[in-house]
Amino acid sequence: MATATYTGTDKPNYLNWKTTVASWLLTYDHKRIGILYLVTISIFFALGGLAAAMIRMELATPKGDLLTSDVYNKMFTAHGVIMIFLFLIPSIPAVFGNFALPLMIGARDVAFPRLNLLSWYFFTAGALCVLVALFRGGIDTGWTFYTPYSSSFAKGEVSLAIVGIFLAGFASIFTGINFLVTIHKMRAPGMTWFRLPLFVWAMYATSLIQVLGTPVVAITLLLVAVERSFRIGIFDPNLGGDPILYQHLFWFYSHPAVYIMILPAMGVISEVISAFSKRRVFGYHFVAFSSLAIAIIGFLVWGHHMFSTGQSMYAGIVFSFLTWIVAIPSAIKTFNWMATIWKGRVHWETPMLYALGFMGLFVIGGLTGLHLAAMATNVHLTDTYFIVAHFHYVMVGGGIMGYLAALHFWWPKMTGRMYPEGWGKLAALLVFVGFNLTFFPQFILGYMGMPRRYHSYPEEWAVLNVLSTAGSSVLGLGYLLPLIYLTWSLKYGKVVTERNPWGARGLEWELVDTPPDPHNFERTPIVTRPAYDYNHPEEPTGFVPKPRPVVVGGKDG
Amino acid sequence: MSVKELEKSATLEHAGDGHFHGDGILGEQFETLEQQNTSYLIGMWAFIVQEVLFFGAIFTAYAIYRFKYVLEFTLAHHELSVPIGTLNTFVLLFSSYTMARAVRAAMQNRHKKQAFYLLLTFLFAGVFMVNKYFEYGAKFEHHLFPGGDYDAHTIVEHAEKKGELRVAEENGKEVYELGKTRDGQFTVFKKVTPEEFEQRTRLFFGFYFVMTGLHGLHVLVGMIIIAILIGRAWIDHMKNKPVADYMPVEMTGLYWHLVDIVWIFLFPLLYLIGR
Ligand code: HEM
Ligand SMILES: [Cu+2]
Repeated sequence: MATATYTGTDKPNYLNWKTTVASWLLTYDHKRIGILYLVTISIFFALGGLAAAMIRMELATPKGDLLTSDVYNKMFTAHGVIMIFLFLIPSIPAVFGNFALPLMIGARDVAFPRLNLLSWYFFTAGALCVLVALFRGGIDTGWTFYTPYSSSFAKGEVSLAIVGIFLAGFASIFTGINFLVTIHKMRAPGMTWFRLPLFVWAMYATSLIQVLGTPVVAITLLLVAVERSFRIGIFDPNLGGDPILYQHLFWFYSHPAVYIMILPAMGVISEVISAFSKRRVFGYHFVAFSSLAIAIIGFLVWGHHMFSTGQSMYAGIVFSFLTWIVAIPSAIKTFNWMATIWKGRVHWETPMLYALGFMGLFVIGGLTGLHLAAMATNVHLTDTYFIVAHFHYVMVGGGIMGYLAALHFWWPKMTGRMYPEGWGKLAALLVFVGFNLTFFPQFILGYMGMPRRYHSYPEEWAVLNVLSTAGSSVLGLGYLLPLIYLTWSLKYGKVVTERNPWGARGLEWELVDTPPDPHNFERTPIVTRPAYDYNHPEEPTGFVPKPRPVVVGGKDG
Repeated sequence: MSVKELEKSATLEHAGDGHFHGDGILGEQFETLEQQNTSYLIGMWAFIVQEVLFFGAIFTAYAIYRFKYVLEFTLAHHELSVPIGTLNTFVLLFSSYTMARAVRAAMQNRHKKQAFYLLLTFLFAGVFMVNKYFEYGAKFEHHLFPGGDYDAHTIVEHAEKKGELRVAEENGKEVYELGKTRDGQFTVFKKVTPEEFEQRTRLFFGFYFVMTGLHGLHVLVGMIIIAILIGRAWIDHMKNKPVADYMPVEMTGLYWHLVDIVWIFLFPLLYLIGR
C-alpha cells in the first residue's frame, strides 16, 4: 500500500511515519502503546460513567423506582469494577508513563518494548472478559468480591469477570516490571537518580506496588473462582473456610492499589506545579522519598478496611496507628507543592487549574481518611456514604484530576495540536464545582447514617441526594467537554510545532520534537542539569551530542 | 532525517553512534550489551519476586488451614505418595543441574553442548509431568479430586486401619473420633461430623490440586520455552555461529530454578509433614 509509510515533506513523527492499522496494533513504540491505552481506557471511562449516571438517577428519588434493587446492585458493581480495574489502575501509568517516562529520562524506549505491547493485549483481553460478563447478565458482588457472597451465592458470570481482572492484573504487573527496569537501566548519561523528574520517582514507587501487590489479588480472586467451581471451603464458613482471610488477602493488594491510582497523579502534579509556577519543586528530595514511603507504608495498613468485620481489636490498633503514619508523606507532598507555588510566577493554564483542584480535593480526601482510620469513628462511618465520599475525593478528586492535568499538559506533545484553552478552563471549573456538589453532600449523608449500596432511602435524605445528583450532571458535563474538544482539536486545534509550548524544563520538552520523532532523540542525550532548573533559563537540561566520527582502524575500530 | 533514513535506522538498530551493535543481538532500545543483559536480569528477578508473592499468598492460606485443621489435614496427607513425590523432587533437582550446565554452555557459545543439556532438562521435566499424571490419576480414581464425586471414604478407611480414626456414635448420629492408638489404647483428640471431615479433607485436596496444578502449569510453560531454546541452539550449532545471545538461556535458567524452588517448598509441606 502506497499510503503505508509517510510520504509528506515535513519531518515524519511517530504518529504519521507509518499509518496502517497493523503498524498500530503491532507497534513496539512506547508512545504508540500509550495512545493505544489512552483510547482503550477512554472507552471504559465512558462506560463506567454511564453506570454512575444510572446510579445517581436512581438515587435522585428516595423510592427505588428507576432500577430494581437487583439491577442497582449490578450497576454499582459494573461501575466499580470498570472504573477501578479498567480505568484508574492503568490510567496514568499505562498512558502517560508509557508516553512520557522514556522521553523524560532520555531513553529510546522502555526496556522491554514487546512486554509493553503484550501488556496492552493482556489488558484488552481481560477487559473483554469483564465486558462479556457484564453483558451476559451482569454481576452483583461489588468491586470487592466479598466472600462468601461472591463464592457461594452470587449468580452470573463472576468467574469470567475474575478471569478478566486476573488478566488485567498481569497487564499491570508487566507495566510495573517494565518501568522498574527502565528507570534503573535506561536513564541517559548524566540523568542521576536525583536529577530525575518527580513523576519518574512516583512511577518507580507505583511500579513497586504493582509488582508486589497485584499477584496477591490475582491468586486470591482465582481462589474465589475455584471455590465457586469446586465448592472448596477456603473462604466460605459454611464449607469450613474463613471470609476474614479473603478480606486480608484482598486488601493486602487493594489498599496499596489505591496508591497505584494516586501516586502517579501526585507525580503529574509535581511536574505541572513546577512548570506553571516556573520554579523548582520545593523540597525535591522530600517529595521523591515520600513517594517511596507511601509505597512502603501503604503495604502495612490494609487492616483499616476490616475494623468492624471481625479482625482482632489489637490488630485494629496497630493498623489504625500505621494508617495515620501514611498521612505524613502525603502531607509532605502537599506542603511542598504549596511552597513551590508560593512566590512562583503562576500561569493559570488548564493543567495548572487541574493541579490546584487536585490539591484541594486530595487534602479533603486524605483528612477524611484520618477520620476513618480512628477505630471509634470508623464504627460509625464504615459502610456509609462517608466512605463513598472519602474515596471519591481521593480517587476522582485526586486520581482523575491528575489524569486530566496530565492529559492537557502532554496533549500538545502527544498530538502536535493545542486544545482550546478557553474550553479547557471552563471544563476544569465545571469538574471542580460539579465534583464538590456531587460528593460533599455524601459526607453529610454518611455522617447521618445513610448506608452505601442500597437503591432507596428515607425521605429526610432527599435534599442532599438531589444535590448530589444535580452535581453529578455538572460533573458529567465537565468530563464530556474534554472528550469533545480534545477530539475536535485533533483536526482543528492550533498546530504546535515548537518543542516547548509551556516553556517547561525537562528532556521531553527541551530535546524532543513535537510530536516526537519515532526514535525520540536523534542520539542518546547527555544530561547536564537537575530537573526543574528554572533558575538557569539559559542552560538546557541536557543536549544531544553530535555524531562521533567513525575512526577506521583506530584503537577500538 | 528523511523517511528512507528513518526506516533504515529502524531496521539496522538506531546506530550511527559508533557503538557495537553485536550481530543483531542488541535491542534497538539499548546502548550496550551490558545494559541489555543487566536489564533482562533485573526484569527477570522482578518477575520472580512477583511469582514469590503469587505463590506466597496461597502458601499463607494453606498454612492457616493446616494449622486450624491439623488432624484432618494430617490424615489427608497420608493419601499422597511419598515415593512419587521424592522421585519428582530428585528429577527436578537434576533438571536444575542440567539447566545450570546448559547456561554455562551457552555462555561459552558451545551450542551443541547447550542443546544437549537443554534436552536433558526437557526430558526431566517430561518425567516430572508423567509422574504427576499418574499421581493425579490415582487421586481421581479414589474420588479424592474435589469435584462432584469427591468422597473421603478412602481416607477414613486408611485412617481406621492405622488407628488414627474411629467411627463412633453420639446422640444417634455418626461422628468421627480423631486421635492416636498407643499400646492398643485409643486417645481421642477431636470429634468431627462426617460432613466436617469431608469438607476439611476436601479443602486439603483443593489446596493440593491448586498448588501442584499451578506449579505444573509453570513446568509446562518452562518446557515450551526450553523446547524453543533447544531449536535455537541447534540452529546456531548447524550454522556454526561463533557468538549467540546467552541471555534467553540464562533467564530461562532463573525461571527454572524458581519452579524448582517452589516444588522444594511444596514437597515437604504437602507430602512430608505430619508423618
Ligand atoms: C491519607 C490517606 C488515606 C487514609 C488515612 C485513608 C483511610 C481509609 C480508611 C480507614 C478506609 C476504610 C473505611 C472503612 O471501610 O470503614 C478507607 C477506605 C477507602 N479508601 Fe482511603 N485512605 C487514604 C487515602 C486513600 C487514597 C489515596 C485512595 C485512592 C486513591 C483511597 C481509597 C479508598 C477506597 C476505595 C476505600 C473504600 C473501599 C471500599 O470499601 O470499597 N484512600 N480509606
Ligand atoms: Cu485502604
